[in-house]
Amino acid sequence: MVSPVRMSRRRRGQVIRGVQYAVLVAVAVTLALLADWQEIARAFFNLPVAAAQFPSIITTALVNTAVYSVLGFCFGLVLAVPLALMKLSSVPPYRWIATVYVEFFRGVPALLVFVTFGFGVPLAFQLRFDIYSTVMLSLGLVGAAYMAETIRAGIQAVDTGQVEAARSLGMSHGRTMVTIVIPQAFRIVLPPLTNELILLTKDSSLIYLLGLATSQYELAKFARDVLNTTASMTPLLLAGLCYLIITVPLSHLSRYLERRTGGRTVGTPESTGIEVEA
Amino acid sequence: MTDERIVSLERLTKSFGSLAVLRGIDLTVDRGQVICIIGPSGSGKTTLLRCINLLEQPDSGRVVVDGAELTDPDADIDKARRTIGMVFQAFNLFRHLSVLDNVTVAQRKVLKRGRTDAIEVARANLAKVGLSDKEDAMPVQLSGGQQQRVAIARALAMDPHLMLFDEPTSALDPELVGDVLAVMRELADEGMTMVVVTHEMQFAREVADEVLFMDAGIVVEQGPADQVIGDPTHERTRTFLARVLNPAQGKPVP
Ligand SMILES: Nc1ncnc2c1ncn2[C@@H]1O[C@H](COP(=O)(O)OP(=O)(O)OP(=O)(O)O)[C@@H](O)[C@H]1O
Ligand SMILES: [Mg+2]
Repeated sequence: MVSPVRMSRRRRGQVIRGVQYAVLVAVAVTLALLADWQEIARAFFNLPVAAAQFPSIITTALVNTAVYSVLGFCFGLVLAVPLALMKLSSVPPYRWIATVYVEFFRGVPALLVFVTFGFGVPLAFQLRFDIYSTVMLSLGLVGAAYMAETIRAGIQAVDTGQVEAARSLGMSHGRTMVTIVIPQAFRIVLPPLTNELILLTKDSSLIYLLGLATSQYELAKFARDVLNTTASMTPLLLAGLCYLIITVPLSHLSRYLERRTGGRTVGTPESTGIEVEA
Repeated sequence: MTDERIVSLERLTKSFGSLAVLRGIDLTVDRGQVICIIGPSGSGKTTLLRCINLLEQPDSGRVVVDGAELTDPDADIDKARRTIGMVFQAFNLFRHLSVLDNVTVAQRKVLKRGRTDAIEVARANLAKVGLSDKEDAMPVQLSGGQQQRVAIARALAMDPHLMLFDEPTSALDPELVGDVLAVMRELADEGMTMVVVTHEMQFAREVADEVLFMDAGIVVEQGPADQVIGDPTHERTRTFLARVLNPAQGKPVP
């Protein structure tokens, strides 16, 4: 009989960690041995194909992705502020309208909205939007629904004492909103709004459905187009990296802003009782 | 008569749901008077004070300030509030604005004073509360006592006819209380009309012309400070004062 091995807690921890590393290395080695590296390199890391994408993947596709996202974001923000105020209105129909809007655009796939403004509306009403309008409308309408909720929560997260102090100085309700509440709410919602911009950046890839001139290509469409002609996945990888060039700094910015506001995050909707007189 | 009288509250009542917080309050304040309101927690002191500038809407009764009936549905409340300064327990400085901006923002946006005039008034009032050197600070960078003094300067910058204080020193560390009380004392000496909810009995005794003891939504006792605090007639007042003046002992003092 082997006498039972008695290990100290610390020793046991080391052993468990050692086993975990061993499993990781084993899996990595197995995959490395099984994989057909030449095939993978040809498909994903085709240098001639990659090189051929420059500079247009940056100067056209990346730039367009950024432009589309920012357009949609700005339009969405402009819509979201009145929607948020409507949600807080003391007049019920305003609340209903805003609620229906938010529920609708959060509930349907963004793809449907793109198809609607890319094909549906132009066909049905004989309207022709240019591509920028289509993107601004589609991304903006969807983004506004999410941003309205964020902004509403941000407004409600502003301490009621701030409102009372302003009112006690003779500020009207509207003046209090504009001068005191919204600037403070804005600081609170900056981090979540930055995250919203990240989501919209990724959603902007849905434009690839629409008919685009080459100069209007954004990353997803660009990569798909190259995929069609080269049968290489290298452009997809490149496009992915380009998205990361936009989204990773934004998410760091968001986290930085969150730290700077001292972790004051958007509270639960029911937490305070600010109402906007309409 | 009406010229002397700045505040008059008549038969004021207020309930929150089924809780009757004010049950028929009458109160008059003359110009230049300092009135201190004392009473146990939950007795309705804050609610009463907030009814004077209608931050709280009374259920019934009349509030008349400066000759204007604020409980009249057509009253211009925003206009009336310009000359009723209010100081809160939690300071409530605008946390996105610097000290100077805190003191100028309402002057500019409400009184429509020009920038230079507003700054001049703000500096004069910051000097008065002893914080001239803090005008560029943000509220979070200040101690509680400093924040409360900025809040007082912010209210004074509107040239109020009346100042309302809701336990202005209750949220402060003991060593900071004195600075705030000193500012309030100076204000009283200058003839400012003040209604002060406070637990600072020493302050009330020295500064107040009249002290009100409230309990369960009514004014139980009212009179000169020395009488109400020094020689209360009502049993409830005595019990309350005993607890406040001698918290460790918990039994009535003579
Ligand atoms: N907005 C409100 N909604 C519901 N109840 C309230 C509200 N404001 C105050 N109350 C209740 O009314 C009662 C009186 O409150 P008030 O703040 O006037 O008392 P107070 O005398 O100022 O007490 P304290 O010394 O603790 O500040 C309390 O029971 C309180 O819980
Ligand atoms: Mg109170």
